[in-house]
Amino acid sequence: MIHASPHAVTSRTTGQIMGLVLLALAPAVLAGFWQFGWPAFILWLVCVVSCLACEAACLHWSGKPVLPVLWDGSAVLTATLLAMSLPPYLPAWLAMLGSVCAIVLAKQVFGGLGCNLFNPAMVGRTILLVSFPVHMTQWINPHALTNAMSFSEALAISFQGLPIPDALTSASLLGHVKTEIGRGIDLLDSLQPFANDSAWSGARAGSLGETSALLILAGGLFLAAKRIIGLRIPLGFLLGVAVPALIAHGLAPQTYLPAATHLLSGGVMLGAFFIATDYVTSPSSPTGQWIFALGAGFLSWLIRTWGGYPEGVGFAILLMNAIAPLLDLWLRPRIFGRSLTGKSLPARRVEEGLS
Amino acid sequence: MPTIVIPPLRRLLQRWGVHPDSHKYPAAGLDIEDAGLPDMLRLPLSQHVGAPAKVIVEVGERVLRGQLIASTGGKISAPLHAPTSGTIVAIDEAVVPHPAALTDVAIHLRPDGLDEWIPLKSELYPINLSEREISDRVEDAGIVGMGGASFPSAVKLSLGHRSKVTTLMLNGSECEPYLSCDDRLMQENAHAIIEGARLILKATGATRVLAGIEDNKPEAILAMKLAAKPFPEVHIVKIPSRYPMGADRQLIKMLTGIEAPADGRAADVGVLVHNVGTAYAVYRALRYGEPLTERVVTVAGGAVSAPRNLRVRLGTPMAYLFERCGGLRVPPARVVSGGPMMGIGVQNLDTPVVKGTSGVLALAAAEVGEREASACIRCGSCVEACPVGLLPLEMAARIHANALGEAEEIGLDDCLTCGACGFICPSRIPLVQYFQHAKGELASRSREQKRLDTIKELTEAKAARIEREAREKAEIHARRKAERERAQAAEAAAKAARAAEKETEA
Repeated sequence: MIHASPHAVTSRTTGQIMGLVLLALAPAVLAGFWQFGWPAFILWLVCVVSCLACEAACLHWSGKPVLPVLWDGSAVLTATLLAMSLPPYLPAWLAMLGSVCAIVLAKQVFGGLGCNLFNPAMVGRTILLVSFPVHMTQWINPHALTNAMSFSEALAISFQGLPIPDALTSASLLGHVKTEIGRGIDLLDSLQPFANDSAWSGARAGSLGETSALLILAGGLFLAAKRIIGLRIPLGFLLGVAVPALIAHGLAPQTYLPAATHLLSGGVMLGAFFIATDYVTSPSSPTGQWIFALGAGFLSWLIRTWGGYPEGVGFAILLMNAIAPLLDLWLRPRIFGRSLTGKSLPARRVEEGLS
Repeated sequence: MPTIVIPPLRRLLQRWGVHPDSHKYPAAGLDIEDAGLPDMLRLPLSQHVGAPAKVIVEVGERVLRGQLIASTGGKISAPLHAPTSGTIVAIDEAVVPHPAALTDVAIHLRPDGLDEWIPLKSELYPINLSEREISDRVEDAGIVGMGGASFPSAVKLSLGHRSKVTTLMLNGSECEPYLSCDDRLMQENAHAIIEGARLILKATGATRVLAGIEDNKPEAILAMKLAAKPFPEVHIVKIPSRYPMGADRQLIKMLTGIEAPADGRAADVGVLVHNVGTAYAVYRALRYGEPLTERVVTVAGGAVSAPRNLRVRLGTPMAYLFERCGGLRVPPARVVSGGPMMGIGVQNLDTPVVKGTSGVLALAAAEVGEREASACIRCGSCVEACPVGLLPLEMAARIHANALGEAEEIGLDDCLTCGACGFICPSRIPLVQYFQHAKGELASRSREQKRLDTIKELTEAKAARIEREAREKAEIHARRKAERERAQAAEAAAKAARAAEKETEA
């Protein structure tokens, strides 16, 4: 047996990376469970079980080893990200459908882990959003302490399609603003009902795991500190949203939401730190990462502001996913001793570099 | 002596590389010890880059330590000397440190235990020797790059002289994990290293020495600074610890901020890089007249009972060195000649120490971390780690798809095969193996292409020659025919004239 160098490796493995990302997501997910109660937990569980089942089935059919790949945690991560981006009371069958789309269509059809072009969780969510717009915009007031729902009631909502009590439903900020602007009501009035929302703690209507910007941000910074993700993509994404929002809001405050509201609502934080940073579907060259992230952020803002949907993070990331391989091809890093075009640098003598 | 400090901004802007666990202790904390003499020394004829040395001794001959046993085999080559006194018992194939576990011709020397030197010509003030003389003696001593590259040092000296280099860089980075032979050498023999560096300065005409030492070796930095104190032209510079800091272009960039052109040499920017071990060997050769017969080797790894640095005769088998270090505690998962990042995995413990062997490692399974490769998750760690700015994952994907040409287009030729990418990969993809395979394949393709081109040229030349010869033959033939006809016509005319004459006479 001949061994090639190097004869040493880091201790970090794919499974550990996935585990750390899940750990970073845990606070935001737990906060979601806390705020939205049992249905949210059931939604997450359904996503995890269906994603694992789909992954196992596909691996089995394609004749690949099943258990080692299931253990790498990538399917659980996809399931968690998908669940976090769904309305908390979504019926279970829709969650299953979303999981099938995410794992089978977006991931395994392309060849499994590492081969997919689009972020699986976002493909699942977007297909659901486009196909079932009513279910996918059924938002819930956070009510954990005041209106705790029993586990059996939650099961009924998830699996038997029991209608959600009207008292619980609410509009999300972005959706409400979109509707009101469509009716010609300006922002100063339409934002009134949301004055008491806490975007930081997450006590507001929204997707399961997207409401607490603070916890998501903390998780993201944890990953950056652990060097699992770089800061180029999150920063680029946030800048891509914030800069146009600042300019537009500065020009016409009645029509355009302020930058802070954009950053703290909907999926921006989750998208910036956990979805756009998905290794497989983002570029790996530094310049490519900047362009990818700025583009995704800017597209999110564009879609939110002028598109038909109130939220655009998912679409924006998918659109940029499509050009990520091209960005990697075109924006390769400069090779040592060569110019950007690949020509050998002119020889500068060291004497010149010294004082 | 003004202290040269790496500007913080330069450190910050150069973000390549990896930080493997150093594993330098306990070996780095112990004095260098003499390894002694094994039962048999096997000396491969190719211990350097370039043509193999030519054997000049015969089987059965008794040789003394330092005696020339194989002479320079070409322009780029190095001679070989007997590491101890003894008898040449065979000149035969033997295992050598080779990535594909190939064998090569080696001189087998059985030591007689007397360790008797040839008469040595010492020089009290070698610095007074001429440039030419220094270079010649370095060549005669068989010195090659001791950091592992094994390029003949004398060739490098004359190249440096021709390119009018101004700076000699002493490479004391020793960025490979486990290895501490340079560290110990600098601590124990700093004075000799600095003298050696000054001799190299003299031989090349360079004017200053920059010795780069990683900041994880404070004792070595201190020792070298003390030894360099009397010489204003020698600067000891602390550089960040990072792998592969010892790659020459990366070292030049860190020390001076200047990037050597990819298609050129370090000498093009006025720099000559030599390992500290090489400087030490140069000093021994010039001051004491000793040819290169031994070197310092780090014997380490989790499977070794008592790791330490040994002064080892060339040709010593690895098994002997492990024995000298208390034997192996556990069966090693992998035995490596060199450092763990770029060293050669060896199968046979009879593999000898050669001039470029800096370490002999017996690694336990946990240290190697061997595991089945899984799918690339495109995490980009390899991109961040690459000291050359390549996209290792993209190159590997193209090589995997057998698109070697495309891999070459995106920079395969610039790859150092340093192994930083393979080290950091969480999916344990054998990236370096891909690159080495592709490089080898492309090289053999281009050789094949060259061969085909030559054959084509020769065939065409032959066809042209045959055609030319045929044409010339035809021309000669035609000319002769014409001459013959002319002669015949003339004869006929003469005959007719004679006949007419006769007629008139009659």
